[in-house]
Amino acid sequence: MQNMQSSTSRTSTNAIADQAVALRAENVSVYYGAFQAVRNVFLDVPKNQVTAFIGPSGCGKSTLLRCFNRLNDLVASARVDGKISFQGRDLYARDMDPVEVRRRIGMVFQKPNPFPKSIYDNIAFGARINGFRGNMDELVERSLRSAALWDEVKDKLNQSGLALSGGQQQRLCIARTIAIEPEVILMDEPCSALDPVSTLRVEELMHSLKEQFTMVIVTHNMQQAARVSDMTAFFNAEAGEGGSRFGYLVEYNKTQDIFSSPQQQETHDYVSGRFG
Amino acid sequence: MAKFESLSVARWIDRGFYRLTAAFAVGIAGILVWILVTLFQTAYPAIAKFGLGFLFSSRWSVQEEIFGALPLIYGTVVSALVALAIAVPIGVGIAVFLTEDFLPAQIRTPIAFVIELLAAVPSVVYGLWAIVVFIPFVKPVLELVHQVLGWIPLFGSAPTNVGLMYTSLILAIMISPTIIAISRDSLVSLPPQLRQGALALGATRWETILKVLLPASLSGIVGAVMLALGRALGETMVAAMLIGSKNAISASLFAPGQTIASMIANQFGEATGLQRASLLYAGLILMLITLAVNVLAELIISRFQQVEH
Repeated sequence: MQNMQSSTSRTSTNAIADQAVALRAENVSVYYGAFQAVRNVFLDVPKNQVTAFIGPSGCGKSTLLRCFNRLNDLVASARVDGKISFQGRDLYARDMDPVEVRRRIGMVFQKPNPFPKSIYDNIAFGARINGFRGNMDELVERSLRSAALWDEVKDKLNQSGLALSGGQQQRLCIARTIAIEPEVILMDEPCSALDPVSTLRVEELMHSLKEQFTMVIVTHNMQQAARVSDMTAFFNAEAGEGGSRFGYLVEYNKTQDIFSSPQQQETHDYVSGRFG
Repeated sequence: MAKFESLSVARWIDRGFYRLTAAFAVGIAGILVWILVTLFQTAYPAIAKFGLGFLFSSRWSVQEEIFGALPLIYGTVVSALVALAIAVPIGVGIAVFLTEDFLPAQIRTPIAFVIELLAAVPSVVYGLWAIVVFIPFVKPVLELVHQVLGWIPLFGSAPTNVGLMYTSLILAIMISPTIIAISRDSLVSLPPQLRQGALALGATRWETILKVLLPASLSGIVGAVMLALGRALGETMVAAMLIGSKNAISASLFAPGQTIASMIANQFGEATGLQRASLLYAGLILMLITLAVNVLAELIISRFQQVEH
């Protein structure tokens, strides 16, 4: 059943030319031990656009996101089947260094996680470990400006990053990701711990950043997906054999189409608020 | 009505409990002050006679009734610092090893448990083990160090069967469990998002450990080190058995020496008069040193916590 759906989404994404694809998932399934979390996903993430993953809890959208920067490697039992490629290179190839992958594909987490260091060092950390040799002050300022945080923190760069408000902390985390100049920024529910005003600021930020970066955002908030993304992938969960639930891609298309004229009944039900 | 009565009983018990615990809390501080005052009083004859010169004099002559504690203070501080220099890198290293995923959890937990059991070994048993097993085993190694690096004053004397270095080595083993256990707790309590955040920026595992995780748990580690230092400074039995009870300052770590605690343990039984007062004076100094270490530890910890929060 969902294989058929996946292939429909496959055809819809074939429209993107290969050069314009940043990340490509081909028949990707993710397992934790014997448990299958995500099943048979085909999906192309276009360059310099915002792609949103939406769907109910447990549909595997965060799991898939974490495969894009190999953060699932940290989970000993995690295993990825199928192929994920980044600019044509297999992310899970034997000679691919996960550290290198994460330098080029940054991530912002659900809960703001600044380091217990000064604001300045939060930004400088990533640059330093990546062998940055330029003007660090300038990089810190530029990154904070890109994250729309500079004016609020320019006089207290030596204060702890943890002294900032939640929304500021999240923008600090975005700034430190920008500072390592990745090609892709993955965001895992970046606004779920923020108040509406902070959420709005982060969303505005995403708009301004997509000229430079390819972005993939996982969100529970459909309005957010509608506001910020160009492409939207809707995932759903289904009970498999033995009652365990697995996630799968239902439909992937331009955000506008997903919300105004979804092809699948499930998508229609979800975006119209009938469940989830 | 009955409801209100039971409420007033609860309030009465509440208040009673509050006063009892308050009394205990004040009592603890009171005991500390009391010990200091008693030590000061009993040591007073020596304090009156030698004053602060006691701290800087090396003579300890029972016949002439001239007492000075410099070699004891030196032995106490140096043996503890050498023990720290050995135990801190190893202890923190083991703590990292036990918290990061170098080992499968099934092996990690029993190892951590056994290490914590090391803290339960009585110090006299450590001393006996050192004399029977450890020193015969380690002595050839120290001899080699002396032969090769003997031109460095620290290793300038040939090792015998007693000495400051053996004391420090055993102290290092004794204080490691404290360092490991507390450092490990503080590493384990770090939010996993911190590790993920560092890795997601392209940090390697070691960059994550050295530049993010260890700095983030520094207050706990410093606390552990200070606690361990306090223990090493005051440890009596091991020093009395291994250090050699030689009341002299030697540049060589392999030479015998004396600590305040071992001196008191060796002499207090037969001491009278000014000698007894001098031993108590030395005890007062030891207590002030360990108090200073603990206060310093508190200050350092609160300082780091301000940065963290």
